[in-house]
Amino acid sequence: MQHVEKLDMAQDWIEVGKLADIPRLGARVVNSPLGDIAVFRTASDEVFALRDKCPHKGGPLSQGIVHGKRVACPLHDWKIHLDSGEAVAPDEGCAASFPVKLDGDTVLLSLAASDGCPNK
Amino acid sequence: MKEKLVMVGNGMAGVRTLEELLKLAPNAYDITVFGAEPYGNYNRIMLSPVLAGEKTIDDIMLNDEQWYVDNGITLKKGQEIVDIDRVNRKVIAADGSEQSYDRLLLATGSNPFMIPVPGNDLKGVISFRDIHDVDQMLAASKEHKHAVVIGGGLLGLEAANGLMQQGMSVTVVHLMDSLMERQLDKPAAAMLKRSLEERGLHFLMQAQTEAIIGDTRVEKVRFKDGTEIYADLVVMAVGIRPNTELAKKSGIHCERGVVVNDTLQTFDPRIYAVGECVQHRGIAYGLVAPLFEMGKVCANHLAKIGIGRYEGSMTSTKLKVTGIDLFSAGDFTGDENTEELVFQDAAQGVYRKLVVQENRIKGAVMYGDTIDGAWYFDLMRDETDISDFRNNILFGQAHLGDSGHGDDNRVAQMADSAEICGCNGVCKGDIVQAIGDKKLFTLEDVRAHTKASSSCGSCTGLVESLLAHTVGGDYSVAPHLKPMCGCTERSHDEVRVTIKDQELKSIRAVMDFLEWKTPDGCSKCRPALNYYLVCAWPQEGLDDYQSRFINERAHANIQNDGTYSVIPRMWGGGTSPKELRAIADVAEEYKVKTVHVTGGQRIALYGLKKEELPRIWKRLSDAGMVSGHAYGKALRTVKTCVGKEWCRFGTQDSTHLGIELEKMTWGSWTPHKFKMAASGCPRNCAEATIKDLGVVCVDSGYEIHVGGNGGVKVRATDLLCNVSSEEEVLEYTAAFMQLYREEAHYLERTAPWIERVGLTYVKERIVEDVDARKTLAERFLHSQKFAQVDPWKERAEGVDEHEFVPLKKVS
Repeated sequence: MQHVEKLDMAQDWIEVGKLADIPRLGARVVNSPLGDIAVFRTASDEVFALRDKCPHKGGPLSQGIVHGKRVACPLHDWKIHLDSGEAVAPDEGCAASFPVKLDGDTVLLSLAASDGCPNK
Repeated sequence: MKEKLVMVGNGMAGVRTLEELLKLAPNAYDITVFGAEPYGNYNRIMLSPVLAGEKTIDDIMLNDEQWYVDNGITLKKGQEIVDIDRVNRKVIAADGSEQSYDRLLLATGSNPFMIPVPGNDLKGVISFRDIHDVDQMLAASKEHKHAVVIGGGLLGLEAANGLMQQGMSVTVVHLMDSLMERQLDKPAAAMLKRSLEERGLHFLMQAQTEAIIGDTRVEKVRFKDGTEIYADLVVMAVGIRPNTELAKKSGIHCERGVVVNDTLQTFDPRIYAVGECVQHRGIAYGLVAPLFEMGKVCANHLAKIGIGRYEGSMTSTKLKVTGIDLFSAGDFTGDENTEELVFQDAAQGVYRKLVVQENRIKGAVMYGDTIDGAWYFDLMRDETDISDFRNNILFGQAHLGDSGHGDDNRVAQMADSAEICGCNGVCKGDIVQAIGDKKLFTLEDVRAHTKASSSCGSCTGLVESLLAHTVGGDYSVAPHLKPMCGCTERSHDEVRVTIKDQELKSIRAVMDFLEWKTPDGCSKCRPALNYYLVCAWPQEGLDDYQSRFINERAHANIQNDGTYSVIPRMWGGGTSPKELRAIADVAEEYKVKTVHVTGGQRIALYGLKKEELPRIWKRLSDAGMVSGHAYGKALRTVKTCVGKEWCRFGTQDSTHLGIELEKMTWGSWTPHKFKMAASGCPRNCAEATIKDLGVVCVDSGYEIHVGGNGGVKVRATDLLCNVSSEEEVLEYTAAFMQLYREEAHYLERTAPWIERVGLTYVKERIVEDVDARKTLAERFLHSQKFAQVDPWKERAEGVDEHEFVPLKKVS
C-alpha cells in the first residue's frame, strides 16, 4: 500500500475535471505541453487516458466511438485498447497511455507517459 | 475437474473447431488430439502450390507443435485410434493405450479413392492427399520423366500442373469425354483443355484404365482398348471418400459419411463430427469454407452456448492453376425448365454461362474473366430476381457501372505489382503473400490484415477472386442473412423488424433483447442501431450522440489532420451577395486555409479547429444560413441548373423545384448520404442521372430518376416514372426517401439498395400502389417535423458545449 502512495505522490496528479464532464462512452481532450491527451470514460465509468493521436495516421482518438475498453479511430476505424494504447490486432502500433484515476468524482491525470511506446 | 475432450484426426476442420472453442471457452476442457500424420496441422489445400514449387511445407503449416503446447493441448501425433468404447467413453489407440473422454470429436477427414485395378499397389502409384504424397511426387520428378495422372477433375489437374512445373512429362487420363465434368460444361472444359495443352499437358480422354504394369515399380499403364503408355509415376486423383472406418466400427450411424445433425452431433450425442468425414443433410463437403463453418457451429455447442446451427453451404469452385481463371457454382447444366444465358468469345478466351430459372440464377460457369463470379454467386444464393438487369447481366456487375478497373479483371494473369486496392495501395502480391503467410481464409481476414477492400469496397470482387484463386474454394452459407457485425448474429433486416415489432426504443433495449455478444457494441453496429431507432421512432428523440460518428456529433466533417470543414446550405445551389459576404468574412477572420466549391454546388471552408466551430456557425446563422449536413448520412444537396428562368432550352423551373425539394427534405437522416438534382431539360446540366434521386424536366412535365451514383461505382439512374406537376415530384420524392430510409441497410446507398430489392419492387411501392406512396410520404413529412432543427444554430447557442471545448488546458 505504502509503495502505491509513494508512486502516487511521485506522479504529480493534476485535477482535470469531474467525471460527469466526460460523456459515458465518450472522451474529452486535455491540452497539455506534451500535446493533446484524450481522457475516455467507459460504460462502467472507468477512465483511461491516451495520447490523442492514432498510431496509424495520427487521427484524434478522442473523437472516436468508445465501445467496451476500446476506441475506434475516426479516420480509418483502427481499434485501440484504452488500457494499453495498443492497436487491436492485426493492426500494429500504440498510442502512449497516461495514468488517470478517479478521486470520488474528480478525474486526476498524470503527465508521465507510459514507457515503451514510440508514439509519445 | 475439467471435462475431457478428445479429438480424433488432426486436420484443418478439427483444429479450426478447437481454435473456435478456445476463443469461446478457453478453459472448458482438457483437450487431447490424436493425429495419424507426424506433423502439426497444415493447410491441405495448399499442397498444389507446394507441388508446383511455389510454396514450401513450412509455408503451409497452420498450427505448429508449439501451438498445441501454448494452448495446453496434448498432441499425440502418429497415434492412430482404432476403436471407440462408447459405453465406457474411451478411445483405444493402435498400441493399446486408452484415453477417456466426456465428449469426442471425430475429424477423420477423407481417404483418396484408389481404383481397383491390378498393379495399383506398385511402387510409384500414389494418391494426392498429404505431405507424404507430395514428397513422393517431388522425389519422383527428380529421377523420372513420365507421369500419368488418373482423373481429370480439380485435384488431378492441379497435380498434373504441379508435376509439369517440376519438369515431368505429364499425361492426364480421364474416363469422361470432358474435363472437370462436375464443375464445368463442355465449352468451358474445352477451353480449359486447350489452355492446359498449350502449357504442355497431354490428355487421354474417355480412357478406362485396365491395369498398371511393372515388376516392382510402375512401368506402364494399360487401357481397356489395349493401348499402353509409359509411366514412372502414377497419381490417382479420382476422388475422395469420407473416412468413416472408425465411426462405423464403433456402431455410429454412417451412410456415405458420418451422419450428423445441424449441431454437428452424430447419433451418439456425446460424439461430434466435423470436416470431410461427415455427411450433413445428405451432402459430404470437400471445400474448406463449409468445413470451417461446421467448426464454428460445433465449437459453439462444445462450449455449451448452444445457439448456432449449421444449415448447409452452397459452394463454388475455382481451379488453383496459376494463370487460369475458372469459376463454377450451382447447377450449371440445367434441364428443360431452365434457360441459358451465354457469352462466348473464343479468341479472347472468355466464356460465361448462367443457368436461369424464373429469373433466378441456378448456376454459373465462367472461364477467362471470372471477376463477376462472386457477384453471380451472391445473386444465386440470395435468389435475387434478375429481370431488371437481365439484359446486361452477362457483361458483369462492372457493366452496371464501371468500378474503375476497366477490363483488367483477370486476377490470375495480373502481375504481382498490379494494384488491387486503390484506396489503400495494396498490390496483388501483398494480398497473395498475406493469404499464405497469415493463413487467411475469408474476405474479412484479408481486409483486416491487408486493408484491401476495406475502404470504398470497389475492389471487393478482385479480392474475392484472388482469395478464391489462392485458397481454391469460395463459399457462402446457404441462408444469406449476414450478421450486422461481430457483435451479433442478427442481420440488418432482422434488427429493423424487431425494433418495430417489439417497440424497442433504445440501443440498450435492442442489445438486451437481441442478446448482443459485446457489452456496448462496436463502431459498426452502434451508429446503425442509432439510425434505425431514430428512423423508427422519429417523435421520441432517442438520438444517442455517443453512437454517432464524429462528423454527425460535431456537425462538421473531420479532415485528415483532425481539423474540420464547414459547408453551409445553399438552397438548390443558389446563393446571394449577403451569404457570400458572410462566408468571405468568416474565411478571413478565421484564416481559412482553403475555400473550395464542392461537387454539390456549395462553398466549403477547410482547416477549422473544433473549438472555433460554434462561433463560426453563429456568424453564418446570423446571415441566415443553416447547416449543409455535408458531414452526415443525410440529405446532402439538391443540385440544379437555372432552368427555364434563364436557359433558352429550359422546359420547367428546375431551380425553383430544386429549392422546394431541398426545403422539404433537409435535415432528414438516411441510411447513407442522399443526393438530389433537378435539371431543366434533357441536356441534364445538373447531372441528375447519377444522383440518388434526380429530376429531369421535359416539356410535358418531370421525369423522376432513382438509384444513381457518381461515386465509387458509377451507376446511372433508373427511370421511376413521369409526373406532370411539382406537387407530384415532391410527393414521389418524399415517398421514395421514406422507403429508402425504412428499408435499406445502414451505409447502403440507393444504388446497391435498388439492385438488391429490384426496381420493380420500388415501382410497386411508389408508383403503382397509390396508398402506399401517400402513407410513405406522410411518414416522411411527419418525421421531418422533428428533424428540421438547425444543429448549427442550436450549438451556436450552447447545446453540447462539451463537444467543442477542451476538458482542461494544462500549462
